[in-house]
Amino acid sequence: MKSAKLASTLLPRAVSAVALASAAVLSHAQTIKIGLPVPLTGPYGAEAKDQVRNAELAVKQFNDAGGLHGRKAELLVRDDKLNPGEAATRTLELIEKDGAQFIVGGLSAATQLSINNVTRQRKVIYVSISQSDVINEPPDASPYTFHEALNPYMTTQAVGRHVFKKGMKIAFLTADYAYGHEMTRGFTRVARDVGAEVVGEVKHPLGAQDYSTFLPRLKALNPDVLVFNNFGADNRIAIKQAGDFGMKKAMKFVTPILTYTARVAGGAGVYEGVVGGTQYYWELQDNTPSAKAFNAAFQAANGGRYPSDYGAMAYSAVKSLLAAVRTAGGTETDKVAQALRSAPYDSYKGRQFYRACDQQSVQSVLLVESNAKDAAHPDDVFKLLHVEPASESLLRSCQELGFKG
Amino acid sequence: MNLTVDLLALQLFTGVALGAIYVLLAVGLSLIFGMLTVVNFAHGAFFMLGAYAGVWLADRTGSFWWALLLAPPLVAALGMLCERWLIRPLYGRGIDYPLLLTFGLAYMMVEAVRMVFGKAALPFDTPEALQGATSLGFTDFPTYRLFVIAVVVALLLALWLLIEKTPFGLIVRAGARDPVIVRVLGVDVSRVWLVVFGVGTGIAALAGVLSAPLQGVSPEMGTSVLTVAFVVTVVGGMGSLMGAVVAGLLIGIVESMAVLFFPEAAKVSMFVIMAAVLLLRPQGLFGRAGLLA
Repeated sequence: MKSAKLASTLLPRAVSAVALASAAVLSHAQTIKIGLPVPLTGPYGAEAKDQVRNAELAVKQFNDAGGLHGRKAELLVRDDKLNPGEAATRTLELIEKDGAQFIVGGLSAATQLSINNVTRQRKVIYVSISQSDVINEPPDASPYTFHEALNPYMTTQAVGRHVFKKGMKIAFLTADYAYGHEMTRGFTRVARDVGAEVVGEVKHPLGAQDYSTFLPRLKALNPDVLVFNNFGADNRIAIKQAGDFGMKKAMKFVTPILTYTARVAGGAGVYEGVVGGTQYYWELQDNTPSAKAFNAAFQAANGGRYPSDYGAMAYSAVKSLLAAVRTAGGTETDKVAQALRSAPYDSYKGRQFYRACDQQSVQSVLLVESNAKDAAHPDDVFKLLHVEPASESLLRSCQELGFKG
Repeated sequence: MNLTVDLLALQLFTGVALGAIYVLLAVGLSLIFGMLTVVNFAHGAFFMLGAYAGVWLADRTGSFWWALLLAPPLVAALGMLCERWLIRPLYGRGIDYPLLLTFGLAYMMVEAVRMVFGKAALPFDTPEALQGATSLGFTDFPTYRLFVIAVVVALLLALWLLIEKTPFGLIVRAGARDPVIVRVLGVDVSRVWLVVFGVGTGIAALAGVLSAPLQGVSPEMGTSVLTVAFVVTVVGGMGSLMGAVVAGLLIGIVESMAVLFFPEAAKVSMFVIMAAVLLLRPQGLFGRAGLLA
């Protein structure tokens, strides 16, 4: 008697609970999942965390605007430890186990290529957000691979066109690996185009801690411009020591990519007057509405801090991807890829579009100069010198890259 | 490009200055090995710790000079704690035990610094009085690097006096030769070793503080230091102060001149020297044979 009564009261509840659970499963299945493998641990941990913050902002904006007919987006962040093998494993897991429909991420050329190997095989859209030239080349191209970041070649073209003048003498201090070589190749070409003379190059091993032995040679070359074709700690230490040798007074210091993190790690004095290219600097907001909106949204969510160069790319990648999902009306890979390919977008720095042959994002390149002193705001470190407008002429042609047709 | 006398002279002097830094990196390692037969794989980590102690002290006191003065004893104290409680129980067990212990210790120290100070590198400005370049007649040279050379000379002089001219030094030298006999004579050898380990790690820390204005500060800065310190120590002869000086200068000068004539070989040159020395004189230029036996 008692148990029958209990059953009669419990049963409807149980049924509704089951219904609720299945609804939850259903909506869970409909969630738009974006996998984000980035090196949370390791030397680029700070940049990686910044990319997560920016990607989260783009997801939040999408969800706040109602998602895709009520379908929400979700970010699945994974640590690839800056290790290509780890990056491939995490990506495969994201796709197979966690059901991610899209992959954004990779913060080094090596992890980027290993992520791309997986996404290409699985026919999953991958938006890469770190500088690389290789990913534009035919062996690694795929209809599902999109490159949101600048690439080294276009960076050198923009920086060189602005800095090099006819008759100038240019010298390079180059890290002896792919990154450095790509930069030297790009700058040498611009120098030839504008009629500047490359007077010499000194190569140093990756990860050197003392550059003093390389400096007397460069000093003797007596160039007008000394280009530091290296990155991260190498860039910071080399620029510091060259400054100590009094070379900054005699020549202009230029570096292809001047990052916020390198500037902060090196300090104002070390980077004073150094000119370099970058993806994004928040001062762009003065004449770019999308930058202004992006800065304001990021500041509101992050206690007044401005988005950084590497972080902003993650925002743009996720933002433009979700916009394409909306255009496509669903998460079907081919439709979303078609939407990404077909329309220009402006998520944070003005008009960008994916070039047909290599799906490289054609976009503006910014030139900044490092300030002499630290300002009251911790993100006020550069002066925006010049915006090289988005143009395919900054890129190697499809033909040169080896794409047919 | 033209090889002028000025360029040659500058390149040579740069090599000497670099050699002085190499000597500084190697002396602490060499000292600990020579006296204790402990191959201290945490040497680079103590170097890094010294630099971070310098950052912390310079931040508190607002002066590079306090950092330079206080960071080495601070790190030396930590080194002595390590010797007393971690390394001492391993004496007499074979050379690989303390080697593995210090190897692990280095990892822990790097991770601890990452947790406290963050993973990103920190800036460290050259002290104001030593900024800029000083004229050497044929060229200008960074004043700070000249200062480092002076510190290294002073340090070597002090070490030499301590080891060769004081009663304490006598015990140290005797203890290095035959600890059992010294113990029989009523000397507490373990206390001497404690001090020697402290001095060795203190010198590593001094090198760290001195390097901070040259390259900034990062948790990984000790990694390559360990390589250089080992090569210099092996070439000079493990445990030989004189050897460390000669080998450090030799390697610095050869590396610097190689940049001028055969740049690709510059970094490899030190390993070539090491291989040649090991083949022709396995105990190193000034080393005693059979120390590892």
